[in-house]
Amino acid sequence: MLKTFPKGGVHPDDCKLTAKSPIFVATLPDKVYIMLNQSAGAPAVPIVKKGDKVKTGQLIAKGEAFISSNVHSPVTGTIDKIDPILDATGYKHQAIIINVEGEDTWEEGIDITNNLIKEIKATPQEIIEKIKNAGIVGLGGAAFPTHVKLTIPQGKVAEYLLINGAECEPYLTCDHRLMLEKPEEILVGTSIIMKALGVHRAFIGIENNKLDAIELLTKLAKDYNGIEVVTLKKKYPQGAEKQLIKAITGREVPSGKLPIEVGCVVQNVGTAKAIYDAVQKNMPLIERVVTVTGPNVSKPSNFLSRIGIPLKHLIELAGGLPEDTAKLISGGPMMGKTLSNTDIPLTKAMGGILLFPYNLSKRLDPYPCIRCGRCVHACPMGLEPFYLEKLVIKERWEDAEKHWIIDCMECGSCQYICPAKRPLLDYIRLGKNKVSAIIRSRKN
Amino acid sequence: MEPVIIAFVVLSLMAAIFAVIIYFVDKQFHVEEDPRIDLIAEKLPGANCGGCGYAGCRNFAEAIVKNNSLDGLFCAPGGNKVMSEIAELMNLTAEEKKPQVAVIRCQGSFENCPPKHDYNGIKNCGFANFLFAGKGGCAYGCLGLGDCVEACKFDALYMDPITGLPVVIEDNCTACGNCVKACPRNIIELRNKGPKNRRIYVACMNKEKGIYAKANCLVACIGCNACAKECKFDAIKIENFLAYIDYKKCTLCRKCVAVCPTNCILEVNFLPKKQENANIANDSSKNIVNN
Repeated sequence: MLKTFPKGGVHPDDCKLTAKSPIFVATLPDKVYIMLNQSAGAPAVPIVKKGDKVKTGQLIAKGEAFISSNVHSPVTGTIDKIDPILDATGYKHQAIIINVEGEDTWEEGIDITNNLIKEIKATPQEIIEKIKNAGIVGLGGAAFPTHVKLTIPQGKVAEYLLINGAECEPYLTCDHRLMLEKPEEILVGTSIIMKALGVHRAFIGIENNKLDAIELLTKLAKDYNGIEVVTLKKKYPQGAEKQLIKAITGREVPSGKLPIEVGCVVQNVGTAKAIYDAVQKNMPLIERVVTVTGPNVSKPSNFLSRIGIPLKHLIELAGGLPEDTAKLISGGPMMGKTLSNTDIPLTKAMGGILLFPYNLSKRLDPYPCIRCGRCVHACPMGLEPFYLEKLVIKERWEDAEKHWIIDCMECGSCQYICPAKRPLLDYIRLGKNKVSAIIRSRKN
Repeated sequence: MEPVIIAFVVLSLMAAIFAVIIYFVDKQFHVEEDPRIDLIAEKLPGANCGGCGYAGCRNFAEAIVKNNSLDGLFCAPGGNKVMSEIAELMNLTAEEKKPQVAVIRCQGSFENCPPKHDYNGIKNCGFANFLFAGKGGCAYGCLGLGDCVEACKFDALYMDPITGLPVVIEDNCTACGNCVKACPRNIIELRNKGPKNRRIYVACMNKEKGIYAKANCLVACIGCNACAKECKFDAIKIENFLAYIDYKKCTLCRKCVAVCPTNCILEVNFLPKKQENANIANDSSKNIVNN
């Protein structure tokens, strides 16, 4: 039987339009905009100034706080200015704007050949140091700095490494294509993380709608010690950290705790590839695979794109903005965030750019809740979304906390399944925000 | 006939026994309460608005009696009249406060700050605030989803469908401060009502550099310092490219209003200046009056 998480989940239509289109290297625009808040946590501090010449791969901003990551120049050119620009959060944040000047001149020490280096020479400390210097963040979407995740807290032991290739979001195919085109790199990357963590078993979890990737990786994984490919049932949200751990190891992460509590560390396949590049080739994280797609996009494609390219440039490469576009989403359709314009640059966290026409993006008028319980059935965390919504509307924050509103991971299954089209997740997010503020103020 | 008599006797006996039990329980568990609490609670408006910081009017009354002082306790809806009555009851002196009113420090109407995209999530400013900067792109301006109207217990606020901004009905506003707490962007401020309800304030909260502020909104404060230079009473401070008029120092001379290049200083309830009558009639945007 195929493995999956036991509770809840929904089955949205796949719509993987770009599953068969190979990764295409995106051309460079005249200007790139590199956000300083590429990762969760504190924004990086720029170490270059206006007019400086930068090489491709050069460090331009340093992550100084504990949870923060380095930012490197993805192009060769001159720093135009450091200015606040609108980003995916909907607010203005500081960004380094670079004028692109011709071909790439690479920073010294970076190996840009395609040779596969299987032998891992670096020690665990060196690996984590290299990951930190390369500015690697989780490429699954949350953009949590990887070096922080790989630093196991005192008293905890990691037993398993889980590599997340589930890609349960509809439309997105960036991880799928990466697994097909760079399987060896992912496997070496996985071995590197295993060495850094000191674990002997790693699982690569892939949903059963990517049979070609499962076949390829299973075949190649035989040459690697302790790596096993696990076929997972196609179900949303299979790729969520806690759900993946439950599906593969059968362990349940306690409420409010991190996966390390049950001896697991989860990394995305894209992150594994980035770690391979950083450790074996000294390549900082300056590019990622991004899927530009949508029902009416003329050439939906997967791009290997440098960080900081404005989205409109990528959309242009995918055949231009369809006329009836009403919504631009960064990430997948279930958990992605709507963007307010196409000038926003690509960041390390964006795995997909979706262009939806009006009929798909319109919200329908909500009807009253009839307590059919479908949201309760669909919730992978075992919460009661309909009840949480009511508690938030009535501003009963203490009760919402008692009903574990904080455990909601905002996967959107409840809102997807609701026959009355109620904005359940909107209210739960509002409540989550309020309740976490209350909890924070209680601690202080 | 007999069952009726039996039932009557049994029930009467039970009633008598319970009456005795209740009498003793009442005596035993009697709570001694200060009679002044009831008297004060009677005097209070009874709206349970929560503006004083307590859950309701009775809790406020209890707090007064418990503390036996009026320090930091003020019922804004009741005003000075109610507070002096309470002070008399408690043999204390009430601090005289000037009557205040809520003002909306944003003029980002659909006309001044044109919407750049649609929003169709839930109608809640608190939620919209952590999604995006706002339809017009101003990260400091009014989101126009009416959290303040929801919070107002005195029907003193409504959303103007033409401008998309909340409007304060001065006569109903009691300055309880619920809207101030409800606004996620701190746009609403309580200011002194002023003589003849006349007020001058900067109707902008944008702390960006002038060029960015002006890009989104026609009437944004650009921090040009013109008003601060004009003011002879040191009432205007510029911080983070934003002017703020201190209502305690302002003498309502109206000189700053005339020099503001973006018309973001509002004058409320003034008669039009005689020599400028013609100008003001043409320039209606400058004379938005809050009622």
